[in-house]
Amino acid sequence: MRLRTTLPLLVLAVAYAVISFFVTNSYYQLMMTLVLVWASFGLAWNLFSGYTGLISFGHAVFFGLGAYFTALGQIYFDFTPWLLIPVAALVGGAAGLLIGALTFRLRSHYFALAMLAYPLAILNVFMWLGYQELTIPMKHKGAVLYMQFTDGRMYTLIAIVMTVAIVILSQAVERSRFGMALIAIKQNEAAAEAAGINTLVWKLRAITLSGAITGAIGAFYVMVLLVVTPESVFGMLVSAQALTVTMFGGVGTVWGPLIGAAILIPTSQILQAKLGAQFPGIEGVIYGLAIIVVILSAPEGIFWRVRDKLRKRSGTTAVAEAVAIDVPTAGDAAPAASVSQSGGQIILSVRNLSKSFGGLKAVQNVSFDVQRGSILGIIGPNGAGKTTLFNLLNGFQHPDAGEVMLDGHSVFGVTPHRLCEAGVGRTFQVMRPFPRLTVAENVVIGAYVRAANDAEAREHAANAIARAGLTNVAHRVASELTTKELRLMELARALAGAPRLLLLDETLAGLGANEAAEVVTVLRALAKQGITIVIIEHTMHTMVRLVDRFVVLDHGAVLVEDTPQAITRDSRVIEAYLGTKWSAHA
Amino acid sequence: MTPILVENFLQSLMAGLLVGAIYGLMCVGLALIFGVMRVINFAQGDFMMLGMYVAYFLFVAFGVQPTFGNIVGPYVAAFLAAPVMFGVGYLAHQFLISRVSGTRTAQLEGEGHYAQLILTLGIALVLQNAGQMIFGSMVVSVRTPLSSSAWIIGPLWGDFVEIFVNKARAIAAVVSLLVIAGLVLLIGSTRLGKALRASADDPTAATYIGVDVNFAHSIAFALGTSITALAGGLLAPNYPFHPFVGLEYVIIMYAGVVLGGLGSIIGAFWGGMTIGIVQQMSALVLPTQLQNSAIFVFFLLIVLLRPQGLFGRVTERT
Repeated sequence: MRLRTTLPLLVLAVAYAVISFFVTNSYYQLMMTLVLVWASFGLAWNLFSGYTGLISFGHAVFFGLGAYFTALGQIYFDFTPWLLIPVAALVGGAAGLLIGALTFRLRSHYFALAMLAYPLAILNVFMWLGYQELTIPMKHKGAVLYMQFTDGRMYTLIAIVMTVAIVILSQAVERSRFGMALIAIKQNEAAAEAAGINTLVWKLRAITLSGAITGAIGAFYVMVLLVVTPESVFGMLVSAQALTVTMFGGVGTVWGPLIGAAILIPTSQILQAKLGAQFPGIEGVIYGLAIIVVILSAPEGIFWRVRDKLRKRSGTTAVAEAVAIDVPTAGDAAPAASVSQSGGQIILSVRNLSKSFGGLKAVQNVSFDVQRGSILGIIGPNGAGKTTLFNLLNGFQHPDAGEVMLDGHSVFGVTPHRLCEAGVGRTFQVMRPFPRLTVAENVVIGAYVRAANDAEAREHAANAIARAGLTNVAHRVASELTTKELRLMELARALAGAPRLLLLDETLAGLGANEAAEVVTVLRALAKQGITIVIIEHTMHTMVRLVDRFVVLDHGAVLVEDTPQAITRDSRVIEAYLGTKWSAHA
Repeated sequence: MTPILVENFLQSLMAGLLVGAIYGLMCVGLALIFGVMRVINFAQGDFMMLGMYVAYFLFVAFGVQPTFGNIVGPYVAAFLAAPVMFGVGYLAHQFLISRVSGTRTAQLEGEGHYAQLILTLGIALVLQNAGQMIFGSMVVSVRTPLSSSAWIIGPLWGDFVEIFVNKARAIAAVVSLLVIAGLVLLIGSTRLGKALRASADDPTAATYIGVDVNFAHSIAFALGTSITALAGGLLAPNYPFHPFVGLEYVIIMYAGVVLGGLGSIIGAFWGGMTIGIVQQMSALVLPTQLQNSAIFVFFLLIVLLRPQGLFGRVTERT
């Protein structure tokens, strides 16, 4: 926990408590509590959907289960809510784990639809069970023991404590490898896997935690209102409200739900109170309009809109914290693991690899060996099967036939994040940087695979940045970088996991001649330090100065494998690239 | 098997077939939108609700009832509501949906689609709650003598089994089938249909061969909205409705469309038909309140076990 963000939070909490102390009207006391309830719900939603980017349209399912659990526990067993609320969190967490395990297999559209269906299905079940309206039995003796206060301000106080706790928890998640893993998933799930992140496990943890918090909030909500109906806790408006306060305030930050709830809840409540009699449903209209306006004008919410504006005004000096670690510079950072290039062992061996998509043979019977510490270039015209080959090498796809041996062990069926742990790093053809994070933060995501704790991860990251020659831009946000710097940053992210073998997918694409030469220098230095590199390109030009050997692919098969000098004179290669007409000139 | 069980079974099957045909029409409207634009429209049920109210008011307040009477009137009202909802859908696309969809977001993976989902969720909330403000939360229905009269098939099985065929439902089912046939012709053999199919296939390529993709999307959205609204109008004589009725139907629609394979129009019809039959048959073993839960569970099972739909093919590539 850092003082810089904790302090304003505590000041806000105390201020809120002081203001609520002077509110005597019970209606406004209730509103002050409800703002915090929905802010907390928004925070819980944000913890899952905001960070992972998987939008949940059905968080009401956790809210409602927590609410009904607490209501029924009191009505039938006379348990105290002080006990029931924490247990409701367990119920919500269990529901989250179950729903996540079932639903994470689905891709975007189907995931959204399935999440929408869960609470609506359960809503009907509670109707059928005869729980159309449950009232919490009033306690005259020992009311405090049953969380029943005559003074509405007590609920506000509890809600303040709860909200602060959730904010601190969210911030802790945000700054740890947990948060980094979720952000990486949001940006690009495949890249996250390749960076050594077990995406399914982290997503399950996120929805479990989020469900648990939501369950507890639902339980508290019942204690505030003392009455519960299926529609008020499982309804579509409930899920929509969590989504709306967060989207409106700002996605992926703890401030978003707080801002969103502080604006939207009083607005809708006051309008509902003033106009609700003539216009029932005005609350829902407000939320609907808020969603529409936000999506069309500021899709990430008010917080980011304002922050981006402020940052633009104050120039680039306001960028986030600099890396406060002493880093060695590019030249002397080399671990003394240099291995002689000739006569080295074979680190990667590919044997008779084949893969088809329907009738298309993307990779056919490909074999080659890569020596430790060497640079192998895989080239070929567009559609030659280069990226498919890479996907087979690092476990994104399974070959139909043949095998891939890493240090003599078959990697068949090994998931990408396990391969990453085993020392295979990878970059992607399409760059997916995390635009609002600094270079240092971007790279640290790749470092967790090797690091025991956050400090060690930052150290690995700083080291990788130095080796990629990016130390002097380490504190800049990724959206300000040039293409070359972004390519190097992706390289640094892969390096942060301390790979023995690096798979680079078109790292030189889109670079000018001078820029490409700089990247080539960095890559050669890495090879000298003992890292084996396999690089894909479709142009041969710069590659000639980089690689030790070439594998030329055409129509999924190896056309020829040889040294750069031999390749440039090979008529088959020229034919594959330029057609038969040109091969005559060679 | 006793005759009474057979009768109940056949009766439910018949009810399922009839309501399934109308669900099929609803699903076709949704599938048209998804098929052409790849947009998931959460507000489809609420557009349908709006269509039901438009039909209702045309019937009781704008002279359809006095002019055409109680028997033909409801169908005339449903068919008049369709062009109104075509206009509503067209405007909704022009001013809202088109800003987060179309060629602009064709390249986007997850996030672009989420913007559409969230936007249509917002539209759904506005329609439901504004509906409550304007129409009130009272349940209304379009009254026609047909909805309480039936043709009787039978007696069969040694004079024991009789099947009642509700006249209003039967007519609605036949009308639904005719409309779907007309739509298939429209898409299969007209110039507009070709433009729609081209836009669905590859929006960028369609632009290059001179198709106005944005216009095609507007038409698809408007047509899909009006078809679903028509289905709503056809349901109105049998199923009383209220401003939040869309929620019940949107899951039915998605269940049908996913079952038929997202994007396939004929598949959506069979999907809707299947849902209708499942819903009515579930009434044999489940209490009424759980009928919709049965559909939700059925829907979740489809999505989890066979997301490409019963009639679809696996097309996903990593």
